[in-house]
Amino acid sequence: MPLYHNDDQTMLKDSVAPFVAEQAPVSHLRQLRDSADATGFSRELWAQFTKMGLPGMLVPEAHGGLGMGHIEAGIVLEEIGRNLTPSPFLSTGVGAVAALAKAGGTQAERWLPAIAGGEAIIALAIDEGAKHRPDRIATSATRAGNGFRLDGKKSFVLHGHVADMSIVAAKTDGGITLFAVPKDAKGLTADPRRLVDSSLASHVTLDGVEVDADAVIGEVDAGGDILDALLAATRTGAAAEMVGVGQGAMDMTVTYLKERKQFGKLIGEFQGLQHRAAHLYGEMEVARATVMKAQQLLDEGSEGAKLMVSVAKAKAGRAANLAVREGVQMHGGIGMTDEYDIGLYMKRDRALAEYMGDVHYHIDQVARMNGY
Amino acid sequence: MSDLDAFRADVRAWLEANCPPEMREPVRDEGDVCWGGRKWVFKNGAQKAWLEACVAKGYTVPDWPKPYGGAGLSPEETKILRQEMKRINARSPLDSFGIWMLGPALLQFGTEEQKVHYLNQIARGEIRWCQGYSEPGSGSDLVSLQTFGEDRGDHWVVNGSKIWTSYADKADWIFCLVRTDKANKYQGITFMLFDMESKGVTTKPILLISGNSPFCETFFDDVEVPKTQFVGQVNRGWDVAKYLLGHEREMISGGGAGGDMVSIGGAFAKTFGKNAAGELDDPILRAEMAAFDVDVFAYRAMGERFMDMWKTGRAHPASSNMMKYVGTELNKRRHELVMAGGGSEALEWDSEESKGGARARTWLRTKANSIEGGTSEVMLNVIAKRILDLPGA
Repeated sequence: MPLYHNDDQTMLKDSVAPFVAEQAPVSHLRQLRDSADATGFSRELWAQFTKMGLPGMLVPEAHGGLGMGHIEAGIVLEEIGRNLTPSPFLSTGVGAVAALAKAGGTQAERWLPAIAGGEAIIALAIDEGAKHRPDRIATSATRAGNGFRLDGKKSFVLHGHVADMSIVAAKTDGGITLFAVPKDAKGLTADPRRLVDSSLASHVTLDGVEVDADAVIGEVDAGGDILDALLAATRTGAAAEMVGVGQGAMDMTVTYLKERKQFGKLIGEFQGLQHRAAHLYGEMEVARATVMKAQQLLDEGSEGAKLMVSVAKAKAGRAANLAVREGVQMHGGIGMTDEYDIGLYMKRDRALAEYMGDVHYHIDQVARMNGY
Repeated sequence: MSDLDAFRADVRAWLEANCPPEMREPVRDEGDVCWGGRKWVFKNGAQKAWLEACVAKGYTVPDWPKPYGGAGLSPEETKILRQEMKRINARSPLDSFGIWMLGPALLQFGTEEQKVHYLNQIARGEIRWCQGYSEPGSGSDLVSLQTFGEDRGDHWVVNGSKIWTSYADKADWIFCLVRTDKANKYQGITFMLFDMESKGVTTKPILLISGNSPFCETFFDDVEVPKTQFVGQVNRGWDVAKYLLGHEREMISGGGAGGDMVSIGGAFAKTFGKNAAGELDDPILRAEMAAFDVDVFAYRAMGERFMDMWKTGRAHPASSNMMKYVGTELNKRRHELVMAGGGSEALEWDSEESKGGARARTWLRTKANSIEGGTSEVMLNVIAKRILDLPGA
């Protein structure tokens, strides 16, 4: 399959891009931030997303979704990134759907139609410390009565305080098991923290949370593959969102280079800035191609997907980081002001960079996957 | 089965039947790369048989039209052929500047007669071409070139010199930028073609820091060139040259700009050993190599996307400059790491174990990647001007 958007995907982009730009531009983020919004996103906007079928893009048609792929989801995420739109799309419509669709069974039947219908917000409770270390999960699930008892602490759980259900990764006797923990579960508390990008992420405590046996997503001890599917989808999605953040920052900066005058010249005339902007362009193009390749391999169910997902998260992380740093620097003093949007791009990039494994984590993964 | 699946099956069967086992081995030295031409001596029978089989099928230039020696394949079919060749590690049957550069220029600007004549010669590997572009005083500022062709009615008399003419001492013909109007900078250059055995042509190899001499200085002393031997229009050779430079960057972009596009880290486990965790036992170098691998795999995806878009007219016309810039810088970085990974062994210049200093010589050679065919700085200028549309660039 060629590595560019086909006609249907281009049509999708042509409808999603103006929709997000009109309904949820950067001013939308500012409005939520300045009103100290406690939800973390606009439910009205989520209802509009639902009208367009976006939450159920990845949900199989049998479960009431559109049965699309990661390339299509990536189109939406890029626009979310470009506009810094606060949205539960990545955790709910991408990460959670990937896990539930991979697992099938009761929980898939329970939640996938609800996600597609815009009725359920899902949080991903994976991380346990300041850094993403999914191979060192300490949260435990022990058999109790008809089900399990969950104990542990989770961190960086986006939308954790408003989620209708949280997917919790826990250690069981013979491996990792994923659980669907409903919001009203006894012993579950979510303590939301405002992050640098104004989003809300929770510290989640599981203090003897009791769940039925059918809360298991997939099979007991066999959550590793499902977790891998969740991580691959979410990382690729975060990478796509970072491409949007980086592209938005770059476009804004290149525009500024054509408007700002110093020393009697447009600053874009200076070769010192031209070369840096041109270098950034190359990095962004490479990141875009890499993310698209990862999406394509995921959609094909290819064995090479895992490597490419880490490459994409690392490369998009590097490129978007360059875009926001150069963006602030080339804007000069006003780049440091809250009034200008470029600083907001830097903040969102930092949060996305950390989400589901930072550049260093994924570079290390690439080394491991290549046997060193 | 779709047409493309059927095509893939045919190609696979044909390659199985026609690509000799020796031609599926990695290239070991320069003699393994077949350049063709009047002076070419085949290294072995397999090299000759492989070339002849591909010539008969049009596979030396698969996407050229059949009347010009190609196979008339579509972009999708060409991609499949390349994939299938790669699958069995088939060597390229024929490499040449005729295929990569002059051919595309002739396809775009040549007369029908020129296409039939020159393109078939190129496709068959009969004539080896070299490129006369740079001059001692005209490098990045190529359009300032001074080699002059004086109008003598039915022919020009060419005087001047070219530099960095790759393999000029081994080439049969040259495609050459010659000034034919001193009053007109851009519209005063003609794209000429002539035989390197013409009276007045001499070449002198240039010894490089790698110890090799792939380039020559080429001197023209009253060389007579018939006025039938030019491409495009007289005094409009810059149009052809610009097109060709774009194509050269595309070729570099689609093929070799990133160098050997495989993981670098694994190869050095032997030198350093691995720790108990199975990691390369030099944590800082491991980290640098892994970061490099990310960029390599990313660039590989970029190369695929670039070619998919370029072949279908979706790419920005100047995007090959970006590919060349990113890819050549990447390849230089690879060979810095190869040298670091090799340690003192990689410093050896002529020992047998070092294969004649292959690592050191290749490392030095790669420094030219970001100079030849347009420097990295020129690439960045072009991106700034033509893609980002920055002012005054």
